Amino acid sequence: MDQKVLKRLVESISKSVNSFKKSEIECLIRIFHNLVGRGDVKLANVGLDRNTFRVILHSVFGMTDDVLMNRVFFAFDKDNDNYINVKEWVRGLSVFLRGTFEEKLRFCFEVYYFNGDGYISRERIYDMLKNSLHQQSPGEETDEGITELVDIALKKMDYDNDGKISFADFEKAVKEDRLLLEVFGPCLPEAKSCLDFEALAFQHILTSSF
Amino acid sequence: MGVALTRSAQWTAAGHGAKTLEVTPLNEAIVKEIMMFVESFIYKYPQEANYVFVEPLEWKTNLDPSAFGSGYAVSETTVKSEEVDKNGEPLLYLSVPQIKIRSFGQLSRMLYIAKSMKLKEAQACIEANRNPVAKILGLDYNIINGKNGNSFVSSVLDKMNKDDDPESEIKMKIALQLKQLDLHLLNHSLKHISLEIRLNSGTVKNDIELLKQFSGKGEQTVLESIEYTSDYEFSNGCRAPPWRQIQGEICYVLVKPHDAEILCVTCSKEGVFLNGGKTDDEGQINYERKGEIYKDLVTLLKEKSAIFSENMSKQEVKFSEQLQKDQPNKAPKEEVAVTHKTSITSRKSAQENRINLGRSQLTKRLEPSLNWRTSVSSKESRNTLRDTQVEKHGGKLEKSRSSLSSGRAQLIRKSVEKIEEIISDSSSESEEDEEQPDHRQEANADLPSEYWQIQKLVKYLKGGNQTATVIALCSMKDFNLAQETCQLAIRDVGGLEVLINLLETDEVKCKIGSLKILKEISHNPQIRRNIVDLGGLPVMVNILDSPHKSLKCLAAETIANVAKFKRARRVVRRHGGITKLVALLDCGKHSAEPAQSSLYETRDVEVARCGALALWSCSKSYANKESIRKAGGIPLLARLLKTSHEDMLIPVVGTLQECASEENYRAAIKAERIIENLVKNLNSENEQLQEHCAMAIYQCAEDEDTRDLVRLHGGLKPLASLLTNTDNKERLAAVTGAVWKCSISKENVTKFREYKAIETLVGLLTDQPEEVLVNVVGALGECCQEHENRIIIRKCGGIQPLVNLLVGINQALLVNVTKAVGACAVEPESMMIIDRLDGVRLLWSLLKNPHPDVKASAAWALCPCIQNAKDAGEMVRSFVGGLELVVNLLKSENKEVLASVCAVITNIAKDQENLAVITDHGVVPLLSKLANTNNDKLRRHLAETISRCCMWGRNRVAFGEHKAVAPLVRYLKSNDTNVHRATAQALYQLSEDADNCITMHENGAVKLLLDMVGSPDEELQEAAAGCISNIRRLALAIEKARYS
Repeated sequence: MDQKVLKRLVESISKSVNSFKKSEIECLIRIFHNLVGRGDVKLANVGLDRNTFRVILHSVFGMTDDVLMNRVFFAFDKDNDNYINVKEWVRGLSVFLRGTFEEKLRFCFEVYYFNGDGYISRERIYDMLKNSLHQQSPGEETDEGITELVDIALKKMDYDNDGKISFADFEKAVKEDRLLLEVFGPCLPEAKSCLDFEALAFQHILTSSF
Repeated sequence: MGVALTRSAQWTAAGHGAKTLEVTPLNEAIVKEIMMFVESFIYKYPQEANYVFVEPLEWKTNLDPSAFGSGYAVSETTVKSEEVDKNGEPLLYLSVPQIKIRSFGQLSRMLYIAKSMKLKEAQACIEANRNPVAKILGLDYNIINGKNGNSFVSSVLDKMNKDDDPESEIKMKIALQLKQLDLHLLNHSLKHISLEIRLNSGTVKNDIELLKQFSGKGEQTVLESIEYTSDYEFSNGCRAPPWRQIQGEICYVLVKPHDAEILCVTCSKEGVFLNGGKTDDEGQINYERKGEIYKDLVTLLKEKSAIFSENMSKQEVKFSEQLQKDQPNKAPKEEVAVTHKTSITSRKSAQENRINLGRSQLTKRLEPSLNWRTSVSSKESRNTLRDTQVEKHGGKLEKSRSSLSSGRAQLIRKSVEKIEEIISDSSSESEEDEEQPDHRQEANADLPSEYWQIQKLVKYLKGGNQTATVIALCSMKDFNLAQETCQLAIRDVGGLEVLINLLETDEVKCKIGSLKILKEISHNPQIRRNIVDLGGLPVMVNILDSPHKSLKCLAAETIANVAKFKRARRVVRRHGGITKLVALLDCGKHSAEPAQSSLYETRDVEVARCGALALWSCSKSYANKESIRKAGGIPLLARLLKTSHEDMLIPVVGTLQECASEENYRAAIKAERIIENLVKNLNSENEQLQEHCAMAIYQCAEDEDTRDLVRLHGGLKPLASLLTNTDNKERLAAVTGAVWKCSISKENVTKFREYKAIETLVGLLTDQPEEVLVNVVGALGECCQEHENRIIIRKCGGIQPLVNLLVGINQALLVNVTKAVGACAVEPESMMIIDRLDGVRLLWSLLKNPHPDVKASAAWALCPCIQNAKDAGEMVRSFVGGLELVVNLLKSENKEVLASVCAVITNIAKDQENLAVITDHGVVPLLSKLANTNNDKLRRHLAETISRCCMWGRNRVAFGEHKAVAPLVRYLKSNDTNVHRATAQALYQLSEDADNCITMHENGAVKLLLDMVGSPDEELQEAAAGCISNIRRLALAIEKARYS
């Protein structure tokens, strides 16, 4: 890979992402390219498609929920072109690995809301919680159970009582109880898998520094 | 007192000219109260005591003019006080038999002079002056007083404004005092009246039936037999003949206790008393009352028979249980009013039962270590006792509280669980370990809506994945988990099991959510037990190892809540929890923390705080204290103590305070320079922190160096200033405790005097709970060791409240009070006051106290009293049975009691007449029996007593006959010079008898004594030399006799 291009890319990304050192960004870019499987950096708009990304989420970050993995993909994909480019990759990972509380809060909300109207709706919650009860007796009872669970969640988080959760609602609820950050399903990696990933990704830096 | 006198006192029917007071217990009590008021007036209100009455109080007295001493001009038939009013009229004028008195001061003095006659004089005065208030203050005051109590104060104030000369101010003060007395008397008589009408045929019958069940031959029964005198029962339940029923008498019983003659007892509506007995030949009963009236049969028998009292306290649980069971069956037969009364009696006996158990110390389990509770119930019990002794000396202290106490008791009983767990930071292992019976909510009872909601949430906990579980947990937290309904609801729908199971999963979020709930609901004692039963503690202990700090915190906090009872603390220890908790304390070390790595993390300081919190709970068990120490907890706690966060300091100091009960800890606390920080935190704003610091100092200040450290770090001043803040009683108890222990060092006492702490302590002698009083009196006892402080205490009027406290029943308090009173008695002037307040008699009666510590302490206190009392010999003789009591105490097993009693006897024997009496009571053989002892303290006092007792009759010979001489000689081999001196003196006295000389010689006394002659102690020299000379003289005489 052209060192110059890489340097420039690192420079430009490091302006918008503060949580990584430049050497770390470089590592992440290298990984990105390895994942995309092409050495061609010039095609800046080419990136990871949804399936590849989901495989990464599953194998590296241990996520399992299909619906949510899709949503995480969309949350990474800021420009909505169905591909995650290198900038989106680094920025997304910065939230994943080193995000502040506010960043994670924002990220989770983005994962959970769907319609783009800035609210998490009741139907949306239902969808996300659909599989959250173990199938003891199939059929209506589970549905009822989930509806009730949605009610409980709304009662807890919908402070302005408009039947949907705004960002303000979400923020308030999570600040009150941080357990509610991933309230509708895991969308952030576990601390342990983060550490593993960092150790793997930055191993060159770590070893070279000795 | 006007109102009380007109309304409550029972006057005889008119017709005899002047009315007289009937001889009833109520009247007697009222007169006594008034008498006590007047007697103490001169000390309490010296200024008002000089106020001259508007009209003199005038009555026929039985006093002889010769009884009056200095301060009075006495002629054969008249006495005039030297004290005069403005016009030169004497304030006391006695012209046999009429006496006129015009000031409270003179009244007080007159009562003092009257001595044993004072009750009669007081009664005569009240009878002759039916409206004393009018005479004292003038008519206008009296009218207001009688008519309307509320406008009284305002109109007095009006008067004050109109003419504000000093006299009217004094008048008003007196008026207020009298008003108070009046109210007090009314309350008092009310209590009497409510006690008065208590017995009826039903209750009496129950008592007797029950006692019968517990009677018979054998050790365990309470009585040998109890029988009615008559088998015939009238339809109204009485057995007394009709002409006696008119007098209110119900029946007569013959009781044979194990340790006394047959008692013939009358049960009447007024109470139970001994009658003249049954005349054998005719089977007639002598109905005359022969003894005091008791409130019921059980009380009477307890007084008359020691074995009954003892066995009763064992049986009483059963007894009162049955009594209560029986009551409802009988009650419907009686009238409504009667039902009410029976319930009162049964409740009373239940209370009494509790007290008795407390006394016999069977109660370690039944009666948890809750100081508040015991003290309250004991106060209540005092109300139920109608023993005149107690009535008489009960004093204001008790009465002012009595109205409060029942309400407080109920309140306390209601919330007993809570208080038991929260307040009880007493370190005993036995505390609150009674397992509460579970009370499950009944299935179909009216359940609150929360119940169903919680049930639903628990369903999600059981059947949901992580996401659903977290939502359910968060939602559950929104319920009011401090409410018992919710706590029990969670348990009853099986939530506890699920919550604990969640702790064993790998899901951090679920664990956090679960712990947050467990932390809250574990404030409930029942839930705690359930958590332990479900094996929750080991899981939590394991979580303490987790890398997640917030998890550690929550687990530690939950453990802190759960480990409030012994079993839980044991589980924590057995699973290695203590070591892990101590490790948490170490977290605070790295103050420079790395940036937050995880969302759910908390600060290290918080981890340490939670660790300390958990250790605080755990440190209430002895074994845990040891574990904490072994795990290296003390240096860590010492380091945490340097922070300034109150949240952190409270659990840290709390833990230290608990642990300081152990010797090891006190040494470590000294070594780790913890005292300095404790002192610093006394100045904190936080009351709880102050309390724990003071408590820790209290525990540690047993050690002399520590006391010095407290002074050196300036801790005495904050302690002294905290004394003035009396609102927070727990803190006050801790602070007074610290003051007490600190004042064991003389230098500290000097400081306290500088800070005026002694005056403050005297102020705390009244209206404080017993745990405060114990400490206050203890501190005063230490202060009293110095002359200067004794004067301060006398001048602040501290002696009266101290003497008043002599009637208590709290053992620790009595030990301290007797010590303080004894120390005061060293001062002749204070002694006069003690004598006037009848303090010596009270001390003497404490010799009957069952606790050896109290006995010994009372005996020590009596020594200076006898030394300094004016007419000591006469005073001692005036205590009926007193000398016999003292002599019999020589049969005690307790060395301290023996030593103290010997000291008392030494003082008593200074009076020849008394020495004669105690000789008759057999003091010589008893003393001789004690001679074989190795206890140096006892040896010393015993030897002193023996040398004193030699002064009478043939006691010298008697000691020889009872083989006391040989052991005494051996005392000379002791290492204690005091023992040597006392022994040499005793031997000198004994050597006046020839046989004793021979015994001494045989036991090698001469050589030992010769060594003593070389002692630097002059008294010892002299005694030893005297003894040797006696022995030698005898030898010479024998030789002479042989050769001539």
